[in-house]
Amino acid sequence: MVSQAHPRTTPIRVLVAKPGLDGHDRGAKVMVRALRDAGMEVIYTGLFQTPEMIARAAIDEDADVIGLSILSGAHLALFPKIFAELEKAGVDDVLVVAGGTIPNEDVDRVKQLGVAAVFGPGTPMDEAVRFIRDHAPDRSGS
Amino acid sequence: MAGPLSSMPGDDRYNSPPPEEREFTTTSGEPVKPVYTPEDLEAISFDYDRDLGDPGTYPFTRGIHQSMYRGKLWTIRMFAGFGSAEETNARFRYLLDHGETGLSIAFDLPTLYGRDTDDPLAEGEFGKCGVAVSSLADMEVLLDEIPLDQVTTSMTINGPAAVIWAMYIATAEKRGVPRSRLRGTLQNDILKEFTSQNEFIFPPQPSMKLVTDTIEFSTREMPLWNSISISGYHIREAGATAAEELAFTLADGLAYVDAAIERGLDIDEFAPRLSFFFNCHNDFFEEISKFRAARRIWARLMRERYGAKNERSLWMRFHTQTAGCSLTAQEPENNAIRTTIQALAAVLGGTQSLHTNSLDEAIALPSEWAARIALRTQQIIAHESGVTNIADPLGGSYAVEAMTSDMERRVYAIFDEIESYGGVVPAIEQGYFLRSIADSSYSYEQALVEQRKIVIGVNAFRSDEEPGIPILKMDPHGEARQIERLQRTRAERDDAAYRAAIERLDNAARDGVNVMPFLIDAANAYATLGEITNCLRHVYGEYRQMVVV
Repeated sequence: MVSQAHPRTTPIRVLVAKPGLDGHDRGAKVMVRALRDAGMEVIYTGLFQTPEMIARAAIDEDADVIGLSILSGAHLALFPKIFAELEKAGVDDVLVVAGGTIPNEDVDRVKQLGVAAVFGPGTPMDEAVRFIRDHAPDRSGS
Repeated sequence: MAGPLSSMPGDDRYNSPPPEEREFTTTSGEPVKPVYTPEDLEAISFDYDRDLGDPGTYPFTRGIHQSMYRGKLWTIRMFAGFGSAEETNARFRYLLDHGETGLSIAFDLPTLYGRDTDDPLAEGEFGKCGVAVSSLADMEVLLDEIPLDQVTTSMTINGPAAVIWAMYIATAEKRGVPRSRLRGTLQNDILKEFTSQNEFIFPPQPSMKLVTDTIEFSTREMPLWNSISISGYHIREAGATAAEELAFTLADGLAYVDAAIERGLDIDEFAPRLSFFFNCHNDFFEEISKFRAARRIWARLMRERYGAKNERSLWMRFHTQTAGCSLTAQEPENNAIRTTIQALAAVLGGTQSLHTNSLDEAIALPSEWAARIALRTQQIIAHESGVTNIADPLGGSYAVEAMTSDMERRVYAIFDEIESYGGVVPAIEQGYFLRSIADSSYSYEQALVEQRKIVIGVNAFRSDEEPGIPILKMDPHGEARQIERLQRTRAERDDAAYRAAIERLDNAARDGVNVMPFLIDAANAYATLGEITNCLRHVYGEYRQMVVV
């Protein structure tokens, strides 16, 4: 558990994004509802987002957290580009988490890029909600 | 934290199930009685001749054939495809050598969206979910040395289905097999793409026009081909209940029937070649009831609403795939047991063909080892279990008959909801299906969190052991080889012939005539999938889905 010095005054803002050509959106949609039910403000990008679109949406929506959902297997091609776009846009204080089918052997690589947690198939949704609540940066004062 | 979710090693494995599990409902959340008796049959005014009939007789609740699997076993059809055409061709030959009886081609995501491997949007996606086919040159390699006059081939593709089918036909004809002798199934079910799988390209109206072109073309020229596989599989995978899966699928089927009749086809000309594709999830009796209800509803609708006279028009023939969404990354060996139960339900439900998922599919594409176990699962059911000796052995069971009627009643209630939107296409446009599926999927996840539903190894009886199973490694040079072939194809083809074929296709699409012959010409001229799809996109437009959470 990460304890915060002061309880945050604004709801956590989460951008749930679907990169690539992958149409499997069951998990993304379930997480959108679960995070909303937990009191967060959630923006869902819809399908087929390029790295540029995801970075743009993170800025426009002033997201504290980006949740990337991918089940196509293209994560190692797309995630580096997403982080490059975020860096280019000067976004360095958001929590990035990922969900979907990311094999164990790729998890370290994805974490090196800056993904804080990977929620694989079968993760209970409350576990992901708890992680985000505990680790989301409080950017309300910034 | 206490209870079965405890992370303390040891104490989760030996706990009895939590009391919350004592909510007796199906996987879809429908209540189940502790015992069913003759009173349950009286409550539905059960009448053997009207509601069941013998196997092979109207309304075919008990199966479409009199002797069922004694006469003909289901087709063992394993969905396969990954990487390059060379790799998938090798897997097909492996499966055929091990007793598979029909091919089933999985395509990669760029192909499913009508994009060539070198399209910028295809980056990172090559060969991940299936094989890449960007032109006739790839199709020729994919089908190399496969006896196209003997095998039946199922192709799981929808948005660009007509284009890929044209490439298949062109390949066969180049090898001397006339199109009239080709047997197989094109999934070609675009409506469920808008409601659940999201692999659409064009808007609903022109998409329906393309589907109707393929139905008309197969009716006239390819009498042995199933022009469409009306699919509930993906609807279920997206989170729908069993009743929603069945009702949405049947409603889509009726929409295709209406479109074909509007085109001027007679119901008995094309209905015999319509086929279906269902999911089979964990709940044994719920699934069996779903399949039995499916046949009864379809037969009655075909006869009573459309006046079909050919008995084959009344037959609901279907393929089944065990439920991918039931597989777990945790303790993947357990997936072989889940798949066995699901496959048995599909067989007791009377399926015509079956794919059994491999135990590693929540983690990766199936390895040869895992695919073989999945194949053997079907062979053991077929040749060792004895269930194939008896047609519809559960017919007459108080529970199964009551549950079959319950399923039927729920389906008709959902038909009424769809009708209240003005039909399937307006219901798509107003987000009805997306909303219903999202609601059901969220309810299911909540039941898991609250442990009202149990998934072994996930929310109960967990172990911390890492899975120790082999993972498929793809040929790292496949993508480069594919792009090289694609570029060589574009460079070496007869450019004038290619341009002329695309221009004729463009004109045909604008004129609203059946585009199938023009697609086959374009395939033969080695126009690529991306080029052909772009040509159609200019005429038909592109679909933007509304975001429904």
